[in-house]
Amino acid sequence: MKARWFSLIVFLVAILVAAITTATVTNDYFYTASFTVLQFVILATAWNILGGLTGYVNFGSAAFFSLGAYSSVVLFTLFKAPVFVSIAVGAAVAGLVGLGAGYLTLRLRGVFFAIATLALSEVLYTFVINWDFVGGSRGAYIILPDEAPLGFRNNTQYLFAVMALVTAFAISVARFIEISRLGRGLAAIRDDEIAAECAGIPTLRLKLISTTVSGALMGMSGATFPYFMQYVEPTSSFSLAYSVNSIAMPLIGGMHSWAGPVIGAILLGTVQQYVQVTVSSAWNLLIVGVMLVLFVTLAPNGIMGWVDAWRTRRSRS
Amino acid sequence: MNAGLLAVRGITKHFGGFYALEGVDFDVGEGERVGLIGPNGSGKSTLVNCITGTLSNDDGSILFNGRDLAGLPAHRRIRLGMARSFQIPRPFATMSVLDNLRIPLLYAAHTHGGKWRTDDEAADEAMGILKQMGLEAKADEMSGGLTQVDLRKLELARAIAARPRLLISDEAMAGLSSNEIDEILAILLAMKDMGIAVVMIEHIMRAVMHFSERVAVLVAGRKIADGNPEEVMRNPEVEKAYLGE
Repeated sequence: MKARWFSLIVFLVAILVAAITTATVTNDYFYTASFTVLQFVILATAWNILGGLTGYVNFGSAAFFSLGAYSSVVLFTLFKAPVFVSIAVGAAVAGLVGLGAGYLTLRLRGVFFAIATLALSEVLYTFVINWDFVGGSRGAYIILPDEAPLGFRNNTQYLFAVMALVTAFAISVARFIEISRLGRGLAAIRDDEIAAECAGIPTLRLKLISTTVSGALMGMSGATFPYFMQYVEPTSSFSLAYSVNSIAMPLIGGMHSWAGPVIGAILLGTVQQYVQVTVSSAWNLLIVGVMLVLFVTLAPNGIMGWVDAWRTRRSRS
Repeated sequence: MNAGLLAVRGITKHFGGFYALEGVDFDVGEGERVGLIGPNGSGKSTLVNCITGTLSNDDGSILFNGRDLAGLPAHRRIRLGMARSFQIPRPFATMSVLDNLRIPLLYAAHTHGGKWRTDDEAADEAMGILKQMGLEAKADEMSGGLTQVDLRKLELARAIAARPRLLISDEAMAGLSSNEIDEILAILLAMKDMGIAVVMIEHIMRAVMHFSERVAVLVAGRKIADGNPEEVMRNPEVEKAYLGE
């Protein structure tokens, strides 16, 4: 399918879902849960551009998420910026940091790259804790006016709709990269970097594009967060849960196409939300662990890998 | 020797205190078939890596088509018209055989009418190359599951897909059976018709002697002989390097 048509469909689905839910559902908890799931869909999709398509494991998703979140805090504190402005700026900031971090760390491979990204996350965490302007370790508030814009019933529903659009955008970008010439180049880098370079691929440039786009999308996911929660503090925004989930979701869904992270995030995110309410919030990461073990043994290529294998079997018989 | 395509002058590469290459000169003419031989560890692969830019040389110069390659990364050199195959095959293992060829067609051979190929054009051309190699039946197979001889063919096919003027084939025949060697040899001999100069690095002397118009010998990082294959083989120094005193 042409990228243009795919994007159009994804955006239409997002608008439709947002319209139907805001018209029918009034329960605020539903929106909080759905918002969190969408947040993870974006994070997982973004992670997969670098992790799944390019083969570099980023263990610092929380850092890029927080860069977006704190860009929003700064912009709102200074200018009372509307959420769309913050999303754009958050994407730019996280993208630039992705570019810079990529330039410094991309000569590292495998586990060393993962450790470098984890370190980046810790450095930014320490920086935010000691930065009084954004509230340090106390955190910062974003108090929105009671009136929601564009005739939405309240800010929760408005921001849910915004998040649905951002999700559609992230999925469109991921799909576009995957089927483009760029995506083929990234896949070649994932398979064999030296052979890729010797096939004429400017590997460094492509890897930097990958870290930048991946970082920017994570920043967009983070930028809406303080608006929705109306409060953000560093311990939760830099939580390891973001980094671990961003890796686990594509692993569970399948890493070789855009659909994998989306399915993984919806599945894992929903289960986590469900368990958080019915059992306890402390169980969250345990579930991730159990599901990872299950999938690594039963479907090592994720749900999409399992579906692909089933399709091939069916077409052969 | 005809018009110079590749001119390597005084190239030196050391790893710490170990000199892998010491002042090596090496030339390849337009469309020429050159054999490059030497015992294991004599610096053949290092020379290839320096020429293609996977390693950077410490001293000396490399001219390709009259252009100094100093400081150019590997992918730029490939785009100028040189290609290589790897000693140990390095396929893009999660891609189909056809997609493996698409990569250099999309990324290296970009001067085709001054613009990039589309995905479909690349697929058509890739299929043409696969037919030439006798690999067309395996176009849709995952390259990770190929047999050794098919992997070697894929290495060469992918190198040709970069539309080079110079192909460096690094031990494409090692470990193959006699019939398989003949298959690869036929592929390399056919390069002449496509106007591609070939540097063949090989241990199998039967193939080298049959293939080469000229043979160069590297021993311990130095070139000890370069010339007509029969004469080079009679050179006492070459005999000593291969057979001992």
